[in-house]
Amino acid sequence: MAEPLLRIEDLTISFPSRQGQGAVVRSVSFEVGAEIVAVVGESGSGKSLTGRAIMGLLPPRAETTAKTLSFEGRDLTRLAAAHWRALRGSAIALILQDPKYSLNPSMRVGRQVEETLLLHTSLSARERREKALAMLSRVGFDDPQRVHASYPRELSGGMGQRAMIAAMLINKPSLLIADEATSALDHDLQVQILELLGGLTRELGMGLLLISHDLQQVARFADRVLVMRQGTIVDRLAASELADATHPYTLALWNARPSGVTYGTRLPTVADEMEP
Amino acid sequence: MHFVWVALRWLISLALTLLGLVVVTFAMTRLSPVDPATQMVGSHASASSYQAAREALGLDQPLPIQFLHYLRMAASGDFGQSISTGQPVASDIARTFPATLELATVAIIMGAALGLCLGIFAAMRPGGVFDAVARLISLVGYSVPIFWLGLLMLLLFYARLHWAPGPGRLDVLFQYTVPARTGFVLLDTWLSGKPGAFRDALAHLALPATVLMFYALAGIARLTRALVLTELGQEYALTAYAKGAAVHRVVFVHVLPNIAGQLITICALAYASLLEGAVLTETVFAWPGIGRYLTTAMFAGDMPAILGGTIVIGASFVLLNTLTDLAVGRTARGRA
Repeated sequence: MAEPLLRIEDLTISFPSRQGQGAVVRSVSFEVGAEIVAVVGESGSGKSLTGRAIMGLLPPRAETTAKTLSFEGRDLTRLAAAHWRALRGSAIALILQDPKYSLNPSMRVGRQVEETLLLHTSLSARERREKALAMLSRVGFDDPQRVHASYPRELSGGMGQRAMIAAMLINKPSLLIADEATSALDHDLQVQILELLGGLTRELGMGLLLISHDLQQVARFADRVLVMRQGTIVDRLAASELADATHPYTLALWNARPSGVTYGTRLPTVADEMEP
Repeated sequence: MHFVWVALRWLISLALTLLGLVVVTFAMTRLSPVDPATQMVGSHASASSYQAAREALGLDQPLPIQFLHYLRMAASGDFGQSISTGQPVASDIARTFPATLELATVAIIMGAALGLCLGIFAAMRPGGVFDAVARLISLVGYSVPIFWLGLLMLLLFYARLHWAPGPGRLDVLFQYTVPARTGFVLLDTWLSGKPGAFRDALAHLALPATVLMFYALAGIARLTRALVLTELGQEYALTAYAKGAAVHRVVFVHVLPNIAGQLITICALAYASLLEGAVLTETVFAWPGIGRYLTTAMFAGDMPAILGGTIVIGASFVLLNTLTDLAVGRTARGRA
């Protein structure tokens, strides 16, 4: 197999604490190609920090070590700040949970979509506007002109997340990290946004790292699933094999969700399932 | 139509606040143990002259009538005669208030500019060298007594180095030759066209303005740093980084428009506190401002002067607040 898009070997992230170094991500290794990889785990499992590490956006206190952290063959462990900036938004992009907070409230949506172009291309203002409008209609807006001129508070959550996707994909990055990108939305919108992301990923031939706590939700869209717990990857399997998963923690996550069968009963928690 | 309604609401709230101010100051005169009639005629006066003074001051009238009378006086800017200076309070204030306003304005312009810069650049690299220096400066500005700083500066620049001119706002040479047209020496000396007069005024202003600036800068820098740091931790800042923006772009393009309103408020509050409380600086530098005037009046129990000064300072507070609110409403966050 050719060099994958992203290759991580032995990634460890720790924060200095009074008891010494506290590792929150411990020797995590995986690869991502032009595919959809879901990283699933409870909050605190280290999945978001792993995503941030790929962007070089961990808080300055965090200490990161990795045997390999390479993107398109480039070594990220020793990348200068200016090279990081050239990479972010143009080759790797990040979408956060809630557009209410991740969009700048005092900047028009159009300007925020165009900012990614402004930072990485030398297009004229008019070309940027045209591209932004085209991108906005591509993520599903019927009236890109109006959205372009709106402030984020004038958009609903689903619309905000579409605008966010437009801003992040306008430079056609090769890898997109979606960090709980649908968790703030209601169920129908979650499916819509995931379908949009999945469709664009295949269309643009890029890789998508889908970070989520909802295994059942992402399982339908991902090619492969990595299950993280307490900073390590405890299970990895193809999405099609999830029905036959054997790892107890994967099973626990799989069952921690209401369905027709569980109606009226107390849902099992992860702790229950992990009891011997 | 909408605009008219908004303007009307502003005016009404402004008028009500001012009315509240007048009520409070009126209550001050009637609740204070100082009897204005005794203040006027002295404690050894005969019963008849005491009575005459009471009638002249209108103290024999019922309270509501007295209040209306007082309201009319306050509205026309006539606060009566100062007991300690023997001059109308209005003319005393017209002399002293511009001195304080000039000092405070120069100090806040410098203090806000420097304080904002210190705070913003310190927040860009928390824990860095610049941050440490900025924090030291604002810590010193916060904790060193302002009069001590003033005295030290006088000792150094006036007594030792002879760089700074003596006390007051102008040299004796210019004091009686420059006509007081606006009450602001910088403007008056500029308008007079006398060679050296403007420079002399500037030299007199330099030390007290620097001391006050330092005091204002400390608070502004600290609050600005905290605000910028908090905003940099928000998700929209992380998003901007994820697009490939550098820290200066994140701060100047994304963060500052979002906190512009708070920064304006911080500076306005610092300005207000300079207007009211430059007493120590005015005393140390013999600056004939309203802070010193009011303090002297308080020790002398000079009720008309205290009331006049309080109303003028109170009114400028209210005005400043209103202007600040209007400005905050014009910022990006306010509109968005």
